[in-house]
Amino acid sequence: MPDLMKTPPADEPEVALAPPSGKAAEAGEVGGARSLWGDAWRDLRRRPLFVVSGLLILLVLLVSAFPGLFTSTDPGSGDLTKNFLGSPNLTHFFQDDWFGYDRQGRSIYARVVFGARNSVMVGLGVTLLVTFFGGLVGMLAGYFGGFWDSLLSRITDVFFGIPFLLGAMVVLNAFTDRDVWVITGALAFLGWTQIARVMRGAVITTKHADYVMAAKALGAGTKRILFRHVLPNAVAPVIVVATIALGTYIVAESTLSYLGLGFGSDAVSWGADISDATQDIRNNPHTLIFPAGMLSITVLAFIMLGDAVREALDPKLR
Amino acid sequence: MRGAKSAKWVAIAGVVALTATACGGGDDDKGSGKVDPKGIVSYANGEPQNLLQPSNTMEAYGSVVIDALFTGLVHYDKQGNITYENAESVTPDKANKVWTVKLKKGWKFHDNTPVTAKSYVDAWNWAADPANGQQNSAWYRDIVGYDDVHPAKGKAKKKAMSGLKVVDENTFTITLKNGIPYYQYKLVYKPFFPLPAAALKDPKKYGEAPVGNGPYKFSKWDRKKLISVRTWPGYKGEDKPKNGGIDFKAYTKDTAAYADLKSDNVDTMPIVPNSELANFKNDFGDRAIVSDYSALNTVNFAFYTPQWKKTDIKVLQGLSMAIDRDTIAKTVFYGTRESATGWVAKGVKGYQDDACGKFCKFDPKAAKASIKAGGGVPGNKIQIQYNADQPHKDWVVAVCNSITKATGVKCTGDAVTDFAADTEIRDQKKVKSMYRSGWVLDYPFNGNFLADLYGTGVDGNKGGFSDPKFDKLTAEADKAKTIDESAELYQKAEKELVNSFPGIPLWYNKTLSAYSNNVKKIEFDQAGDPVLSDVEVFEK
Amino acid sequence: MGRYVARRLLQMIPVFIGTTLLIFLMVNALPGDPVKALWGDKPPDPAQVAQIKHDRGLDLPLWEQYLHYMKGLFQGDFGNTIAGNRPILDEITQAFPVSMRLAAMAWTFELVVGITLGVIAGVRRGRIIDTTVTFFTLLVISVPIFVFGLGFQLIFGNELGWVKPTVQDSENFQQLMLPALVLGLVGLAYVARLTRTSIKENRSADYIRTAVAKGLPRRRIISRHLLRNSLIPVVTYLGTDIGALMGGAVITEGIFNVTGVGNLLYTGIARREGAIIVGIVTVLVIVYLLASLLVDLLYAVLDPRIRYA
Repeated sequence: MPDLMKTPPADEPEVALAPPSGKAAEAGEVGGARSLWGDAWRDLRRRPLFVVSGLLILLVLLVSAFPGLFTSTDPGSGDLTKNFLGSPNLTHFFQDDWFGYDRQGRSIYARVVFGARNSVMVGLGVTLLVTFFGGLVGMLAGYFGGFWDSLLSRITDVFFGIPFLLGAMVVLNAFTDRDVWVITGALAFLGWTQIARVMRGAVITTKHADYVMAAKALGAGTKRILFRHVLPNAVAPVIVVATIALGTYIVAESTLSYLGLGFGSDAVSWGADISDATQDIRNNPHTLIFPAGMLSITVLAFIMLGDAVREALDPKLR
Repeated sequence: MRGAKSAKWVAIAGVVALTATACGGGDDDKGSGKVDPKGIVSYANGEPQNLLQPSNTMEAYGSVVIDALFTGLVHYDKQGNITYENAESVTPDKANKVWTVKLKKGWKFHDNTPVTAKSYVDAWNWAADPANGQQNSAWYRDIVGYDDVHPAKGKAKKKAMSGLKVVDENTFTITLKNGIPYYQYKLVYKPFFPLPAAALKDPKKYGEAPVGNGPYKFSKWDRKKLISVRTWPGYKGEDKPKNGGIDFKAYTKDTAAYADLKSDNVDTMPIVPNSELANFKNDFGDRAIVSDYSALNTVNFAFYTPQWKKTDIKVLQGLSMAIDRDTIAKTVFYGTRESATGWVAKGVKGYQDDACGKFCKFDPKAAKASIKAGGGVPGNKIQIQYNADQPHKDWVVAVCNSITKATGVKCTGDAVTDFAADTEIRDQKKVKSMYRSGWVLDYPFNGNFLADLYGTGVDGNKGGFSDPKFDKLTAEADKAKTIDESAELYQKAEKELVNSFPGIPLWYNKTLSAYSNNVKKIEFDQAGDPVLSDVEVFEK
Repeated sequence: MGRYVARRLLQMIPVFIGTTLLIFLMVNALPGDPVKALWGDKPPDPAQVAQIKHDRGLDLPLWEQYLHYMKGLFQGDFGNTIAGNRPILDEITQAFPVSMRLAAMAWTFELVVGITLGVIAGVRRGRIIDTTVTFFTLLVISVPIFVFGLGFQLIFGNELGWVKPTVQDSENFQQLMLPALVLGLVGLAYVARLTRTSIKENRSADYIRTAVAKGLPRRRIISRHLLRNSLIPVVTYLGTDIGALMGGAVITEGIFNVTGVGNLLYTGIARREGAIIVGIVTVLVIVYLLASLLVDLLYAVLDPRIRYA
């Protein structure tokens, strides 16, 4: 795990657990959340960290969605005779040779632009899957307790006990065609435990809150209590962990590429390009610097966003 | 670039030291330091896969150690001609069926027991028995009685192959099922080495601390770290070591070995890492090694797929012509490979120039025309399967780019995680379109690159290739009277491959290495192995 | 206390069985035949393949293989390798001390430097030093570890020549410094972040205000009150990390030629030596489970409010 990815430690965001105001929850369905999130939003808009990271993320999402807006060059075709490891031309903004050429004579700028999609999709995909399944397991374990908690917690332990990198190597080795879905699935398969633990802790704290007790006393059904009262109030720490983890999943994809377990050779991804460039690190560091820089900036943006959200949600940190 | 600077500085310091010794009266060898006949050479190796048993060793890490410890009957020179080592002579009868081996007299194992005809025959019979789990046992399959000792299923019916007969202390005969004119070439390979009688009684002990008949005697094996062998004074062969011994250091990464070689912590390595292809000539100057290596890279067609089953040969030839081998060799490989012109590697007997002719030369126009004339590539899309645990991606991508650019056929690499998975897909005949393949000589004879790879139904033929004309020609070559005649007939068979195109020849490999400042010179043979016994080590 | 430990130990059994079974099944689902792979490029010999499979018990049904494996495990027998027929216990006992040393160094590094940076940043929040530390930790997290490894190797090993670029003797502390630094880097960043957040949060706690009001010296407040209470999440992290450091150094060990567990794991997977992989996981899971138990017990020491019955 240390090598491949460190998902942020599970305890980190637990400090972010904001005590939801019981009065508001009693009054309305998601009222408790409304004031918490509303406060947070007002706070966030004033934070430069949030604004900068938010803008960066928007830009990355735009590039991933419409790479054609940024370059018209085919990232897959190169000219070995002319452009083999050609050096960057930093004043040629948005042109083919802006970032130089790689060892296939391909434009690194075009590859960075087109590589964004795969990397971002893995990051987003894993985060969504992990949040959904991990969150579900954690919520059920935390809310029902007893036998279900024991069972689900042991299952979580089983997956948590497998070193992440080892698990990923074994799982991904089983696939010969590795596309976005396979890599996303494999990372999610091994990574959901963290969210499950966070969610379980949050749900346990929330379910003893006065307004949940009150809702129970008023005879609300399990489903209603879970989704209307517990979930909205327990979801804050999960969102924080998930945002920060998103960045680490993008890093994880590149590390897997380094081990030869990333995308197939025709897919363009930052991870694959970074790991390919490691062999030119001595003579042509530009092949490494640009994709690695883009990846780091993206990851930084997501982590900073997570940090900002956490600080906004946690009154103690304000 | 402080590293480079300090290397220069060391060189200057070296000159100063040399002048000093020259004043002291030493005038040996143009003042390039004194040679220590007891000096130890170190080689960047890896941990051998199996115990150190000749008949159980086929991978490189074990092979190089076995070669230091054992000497076989025959070997070959740079032109691929047979040289005699432990054998005085190896002579066939007229039908090339019964081979008589006479041994040189007075040879001994390191435990001082004599090397006799029995040492060979017993070792081979032992290794052929599946119960002893020797991986190379299939090498005896040409010998009469092999199937009794090594049935396709179940236990051995007999303990000895009837085709092996000890005539006297120093003579034995090998009777083959069919005549093979070039059989002595197979005897170069490790399963045909002798073993002392005691080794057959306790194979495990002798596998951990082998006793051979070679120039070096086993000293110690520190698992995953080091195997040491020391010069054995009782050695009778021609290639008596010029040094005191070899330390085979186990590395897990070639980049680590390279760094050590640069700082003189190890004296040479099997092949420089891909990441240093651009640098190694600069880093080592005249200590860089580039030598011929009898290995060939190809991209082969999976003929069992619907894509290639019925496709016109012109399409295959066209794809071959669409690859700009020279440019890729110059850029991606930094000029360390040579474009292939046929299906047989250089440095083996029967190699011929230009067997593939114009079909292996880059000609984008002809390529496009030829593919069109052949009806085009079905699906207009090809994939090249390769294993991602070795540095194949770069050239596969470059080859694909070249094909797409020249012909418009879409080409992508199909990366399989590692070699184990890659071979399984090939064995199960599940390759989607094409696959990369590489062949290093087993023995330096062109037949090894032809019949063993492209004969209908042979084990090495993974692409399901079949050309009755080619089969007929190789069968004729195997029936030839002499080895030269056989090699010539195999050349004819190679030419026939132009008309059936089993695979696209790409490049001949080179051995790329270097040696440290501790030694005078290191050379590599065409099998890619260093000739360590010739290495002279400077005094420290 | 005793009952708590006993209960935790009992809970470990299903987790242990589950994890090893999961890995065992996953390894067996991998494509590629380990026995045939012994022959490399050359065609394997079917009789020999059958013989080796029979020897290693690979011709048995999967569930029987797992039972056999577990049975052997309780007698301290991890089975034999497919290539070379060596006892896997030998391989593991050779690799683990190396990885333990590397992990211990990396871990100490995380602990000392990480907590120090975290405390400094947390106490002086908002200042330049806080921003610097925060930015540094973010940067470390957002760059893939192999880029750091190769970069450091190139800069400190090849260009500057401060250290040997690769490890020649995996038992030499000095040579393990650089790989340990790389290995501990990401953990260090997390420890620093955790400590910082935790300190920031506790600074405004009532007991700190009380301590300040009492007029206690600043140094004493930080070390006795603030740090002790802020360390709980950090301890949890460091506790679970030690197992991960030992088993997860595949990349660092590869770059620096360290012959530890990560290396064994990598070759194990490449050669499809299922028994090696499961063996390593077995040991790692035990380390992980014991470490997390220890962490929970440490809570009681750090926070007197926590009691285990």
